[in-house]
Amino acid sequence: MLVVDRVGKRFGGLVALSEVSLDVEPGSIVGLIGPNGAGKTTLFAIVAGFLAPTAGRVLFEGRDVTAAPPHERARLGIARTFQIVQPFAGLTVVENIAVGAHLRHARRAEALARAAEVARRVGLGAELDKPASALTVAGRKRLELARALATEPKLLLLDEVLAGLNPSEIRDMVPVIRAIRDEGVTVVMIEHVMQAVMDLCQRVCVLSQGRLIAEGAPAAVCAAPAVIEAYLGHGAADRFREGARA
Amino acid sequence: MTRRDFLGIALAVALLALVPLVVTANTVLNFLTLALIVALAAQGWNILGGFGGQFSFGHAAFFGTGAYATAILQTRLGVNAWAGFALGIAMGGLAGWVIGTLSFRSGLRGSYFALVTLAFAEVLRILANAAEVTGGAAGLLIRLDVRASNFQFTSRAAFFWVALALVGFALALTRAIERSRFGARLVAIRENEEAAQALGIDSIKVKLAAIALSGAVTAAAGCLYAQHFLFIDANIAYGTWISVEALLAPIIGGAGTTFGPLLGALALHGLGEAAKLFAGRVPGIDLALFGCVLVAAVAFAPDGLLGLARRTRARLARAEA
Repeated sequence: MLVVDRVGKRFGGLVALSEVSLDVEPGSIVGLIGPNGAGKTTLFAIVAGFLAPTAGRVLFEGRDVTAAPPHERARLGIARTFQIVQPFAGLTVVENIAVGAHLRHARRAEALARAAEVARRVGLGAELDKPASALTVAGRKRLELARALATEPKLLLLDEVLAGLNPSEIRDMVPVIRAIRDEGVTVVMIEHVMQAVMDLCQRVCVLSQGRLIAEGAPAAVCAAPAVIEAYLGHGAADRFREGARA
Repeated sequence: MTRRDFLGIALAVALLALVPLVVTANTVLNFLTLALIVALAAQGWNILGGFGGQFSFGHAAFFGTGAYATAILQTRLGVNAWAGFALGIAMGGLAGWVIGTLSFRSGLRGSYFALVTLAFAEVLRILANAAEVTGGAAGLLIRLDVRASNFQFTSRAAFFWVALALVGFALALTRAIERSRFGARLVAIRENEEAAQALGIDSIKVKLAAIALSGAVTAAAGCLYAQHFLFIDANIAYGTWISVEALLAPIIGGAGTTFGPLLGALALHGLGEAAKLFAGRVPGIDLALFGCVLVAAVAFAPDGLLGLARRTRARLARAEA
C-alpha cells in the first residue's frame, strides 16, 4: 500500500532521516516509535507531501507520489493529523469536519451530513455546533482525527493523537482507532503511549536519529537491545540483562 | 442552498429600493449612490479578504482597471457603454488573476501579500498618470450623451437603482459562496492554510479563483463610478482612497459576512457626511474620523458591527435566562 523507499532528508547540515525504508501492508495498524527528535514527524510530513525528501521515493498503491503536492495525495487517499492540533478555530466542530468531507462530496448539505456522521463515530456527536476553539485538548484530538477521517482516506497517518490525554480518555480512543482499521483504513501511528501501541499495532517500526533501527512485532521490538539503548542510552541493554539475572 | 438563504437579501434590497420614492433630494441620492459604489467595491474585497483571509491593501488596482477599461473602450474605441461595462468587469477579474498568480505562486502571505497589492495599485496609478491612452494627468472624460443605452440616465433615481441591483447581485453571490464548497474551502484557508491542504484543498487554485472573483466585483464598482461621474483620473481610479474604503467598510461592518460590507459602507459614509455637516469645511475631517472608527473597531468590535450585534444579543439572552 505505502512504500517508503530509502528516504533521506537533510536540513542544511542536519541529517533528519537517512535511508529509511518502510512497507505498509493494507489493512494493518503500524506503529512508528522512537525517542524525541528521531525524525518521526519529518517522515510523516514527507509521506503526506508537506516536505520533499532529499533522497529516495514514496510510493502509494504502486504510484510514485514523491513529487505530488499534499492536496493531490489527500485526493489519492492519504490523510494526516497534526501533532500540534490545527483546528479551524473560527468554525464550529461540524464545519471543521465538513471541510474534510467536501473532498468527496461537493454539495454543502451532503458534506455537513457526512461530517455529523463522522463526528458521532469519534465521539464528538454532542458538540457539533460548538466552536472548535471551545473544545478541550481531548476534544481537539478527536476533531483532528474526525477531519482526516472525513476525507475518506485509504491510509491514515496519526501523529500522536493520544498524547496529552488522560488514561481514561486513552481507553476511549483505542477502540475508535481499531474500528477505523476494521472498516478497511490502513493506519500508521506515531505514538509514545506504549500501552496503546502494544494493544493496537501488529507491527512496530523504531526510528532513532533518523535511522530505522528495528522493526517487527511490538513485544519483540521492545525487547531488542538496540531499541532499549536508543531510549535509555549506550550500555543500558547490558545493564538491563544483568539486572534481570541478579 | 434554499430560497430562505436569499430572503434577507431580497428584503434589504427592496427596502433600499424604496428610498428614492420617499426622498427626492439630490444630495441624499448622490450620497447613497456613492455609498453603494463603495459597498460594491468592499463586497469584492470581502470575498478575498473576509472569506479568504488574504488582506489586500490595493483593491484600487481592480477598481481603477474597471473604471479605465470602460472609459477607454467608450472614448477611444467607441464601444457601447454596457459592453464596456461587461468588459471592464472581465478586465478586473483578469487583473485579479494576474496579481494573484504572481503573488500566491511566490508564496506571499499575510502582510507581504498586503504590501505587494499596495505596490501593484501604486504602479498602476503612476502608469495611468503618465500613459497617453489613459489621458495622463488630465484624466478621461466620457462624453455626456444621456440615454439608457449609453448607461447614462436623466434621473438620479435610475442610476441609484442600477447600483442597487449590482449590490444586490453581489450580496446574492456572496451568500451563494458562503453556502458552497468553494466558500468552505476559502474559509478553511483563512483559518489554517496548512491544515486545509492536508484535507485535499488546492490552496493556490482556490485563492486564485477568489482573487479573480474579488477583482471582478470591485471592477464593477469602478465601472459604475466612471459612468456616474463621467470623469476619472489616476488619483481617483487607482487612488489609495478606494483601497482604504474597500477594506475599511467590511472591517467596520463585519468581514467574512454577507451584509458586512454594505453595512460598513453605509455607516462610514453616513458618519463622514455627518462629520462634514457638523465640522463644516475642515478638509479631510471625514478621513480623520474614519481613522478613529477603525481604531475603535479593532479595539472593541474586532468582528465588526454584525459581530458586535451578535454578541450583544447573546449577552442579553444570557441576562434574561
